[in-house]
Amino acid sequence: MGWFERTYNRIKRSKKKVDIPDGLWTKCIKCGEIIYNKKLEENLRVCPQCGYHFYIGARKRLEITLDKDSFREYDSVITSDNPLNFPHYEEKLEKSRKETGLDEAAIIGEGRIGGKSIVVGVTDYGFMRGSMASVVGERITEAVEKAIEKRYPLLIISGSGGGARMQEGMISLMQMAKTSAAIARLKRERLLYLSLLTHATMAGVMASFASQGDIILAEPGALLGFTGPRVIKQTIRQQLPPGFQSSEFLFKHGMIDLIVKRDEIRPTLIKILNLILPGF
Amino acid sequence: MVERSRYYLDFEKPIIELEQKITELEGLAKKEKLDFKEEIKILQSRLKNLKESIFANLTPWQRVQLARHPERPKPLQLASFIFEDFLLLHGDRLYGDDQAIIGGLAKIENEGIVFIGHQKGKSIKENLSRNFGMAHPEGYRKASRLMSLAEKFKKPVVTFIDTPGAYPGIQAEERGQAEAIAANLEKMARLETPILVIVTGEGGSGGALGIGVGDRILMLENAIYSVISPEGCAAILWKNQEKVEEAAEALRLTSQDLMKLGLIEEIIPEPLGGAHKDIEQTAINIKQAIIRNLSELKDLTLPELLEKRYEKYRRIGKFKRK
Repeated sequence: MGWFERTYNRIKRSKKKVDIPDGLWTKCIKCGEIIYNKKLEENLRVCPQCGYHFYIGARKRLEITLDKDSFREYDSVITSDNPLNFPHYEEKLEKSRKETGLDEAAIIGEGRIGGKSIVVGVTDYGFMRGSMASVVGERITEAVEKAIEKRYPLLIISGSGGGARMQEGMISLMQMAKTSAAIARLKRERLLYLSLLTHATMAGVMASFASQGDIILAEPGALLGFTGPRVIKQTIRQQLPPGFQSSEFLFKHGMIDLIVKRDEIRPTLIKILNLILPGF
Repeated sequence: MVERSRYYLDFEKPIIELEQKITELEGLAKKEKLDFKEEIKILQSRLKNLKESIFANLTPWQRVQLARHPERPKPLQLASFIFEDFLLLHGDRLYGDDQAIIGGLAKIENEGIVFIGHQKGKSIKENLSRNFGMAHPEGYRKASRLMSLAEKFKKPVVTFIDTPGAYPGIQAEERGQAEAIAANLEKMARLETPILVIVTGEGGSGGALGIGVGDRILMLENAIYSVISPEGCAAILWKNQEKVEEAAEALRLTSQDLMKLGLIEEIIPEPLGGAHKDIEQTAINIKQAIIRNLSELKDLTLPELLEKRYEKYRRIGKFKRK
């Protein structure tokens, strides 16, 4: 055997090409396992083989987190404009609206978890990468103010890899300050704020309300951080260590309380509420 | 007659050429003992008009270049003109002392304040130690510590913003860059003392905002403040670095645009040609703005101050009603 002879293991494995009929099966992004869609849904869109957490939209997220049929969405009368006349912004909004069925990247409302009333906000990575536009900042702030008014705990589930939305320029950046100011008020009122981080939460959202939770949870394997890995790589011209900016990386560095698998999120939230809320 | 070769920007080329012509003519007049007084006078008035017309019609990209000008006065240099006395304090008490953010105690018109600023370097060597004004988490945590000091001793806080952004690096992420900035936003929203923010150069996104929440946001005339750098925006939007000028335009990052959008309270004028052409005058303009704004903020009671600060941010956002 020559020194440079290849072993064909890897190639063989990736050659295992299976014809996947559309809409019936999903190939796991991480391990390549072919998963029957029905099975994937039952498993809360987590790969049964390797535990990879697939993206789930905001509505589905609320459904699996809150008590059955308890969610009541706050009416929102606002919708995104193009305040800077930014090129192609309207097209991108329209595309995201079609793809997600949402009008913007955030949904807010109230519901119950384990019977306890809670105000909840979700940002959806599928809508322009969950980036914080005026409407997103406004809704998150409304949710915080509602929690103060009703004296409910607040849960925000972030999936905002896009940070502050570029297309709204500085108006977006200032949403970081606006949401933070609201959270600061909430904390002064001694109300509980739980932050759940999902893939991906970066930049302007990670550097504002997502990092301000009294307790911070994260799904496994999410990309979480401030600067995107591509920009860091370009700047320092070094390879990034494996697992850099993953939930596990943040946990190791003391930035989050718990990494919680998707099917454990509800029981964990119930447990936290039970342990921390008075009168139970 | 060797003048220090000055760094100049492309759009300043006609100015530089005319200045050279005048210098040549003056040299010739001296050497040949000829009288060119009239001609020189004409050229000088032409020079003044030229400067005024160029600087009155700067494009956003030209302002970006001015805001990043290597000779643009940095916060420490401005501090020495603005404050009667100041003392730098160091360290975040947690990890280290980030040279990219400076801060300490100062006196202005005999009033004590705490000042904090991003600090870019003047030379390559200084820039390396200061990371080109890009702070690590310890920089934001040093700022936080100084703000607590200000709150405790009832001193107003004045911050100077001049950064390309928070440092993008492995260690910065390990030590919680996002957390450090988020914590400051929360803290500044409720800090029980007036906060005055002045963007003196480059306001680079979240890294700028990390010391940039306050009661009033002021900008030097040619300073910029943006959610993303024009280069970053061009790369994302057009996948093309040549499009930086369009990106600078689209982002609405000039002081004039931000004033129109209602995101800042005041523009501080710069000397003709930019802040670096007359650093002392720039500092005087900043000083006057600080004194006036602080004295206005001092008239508010603490609950009024905090309520107004909250309302100021609460109002920000542009959307349609359904």
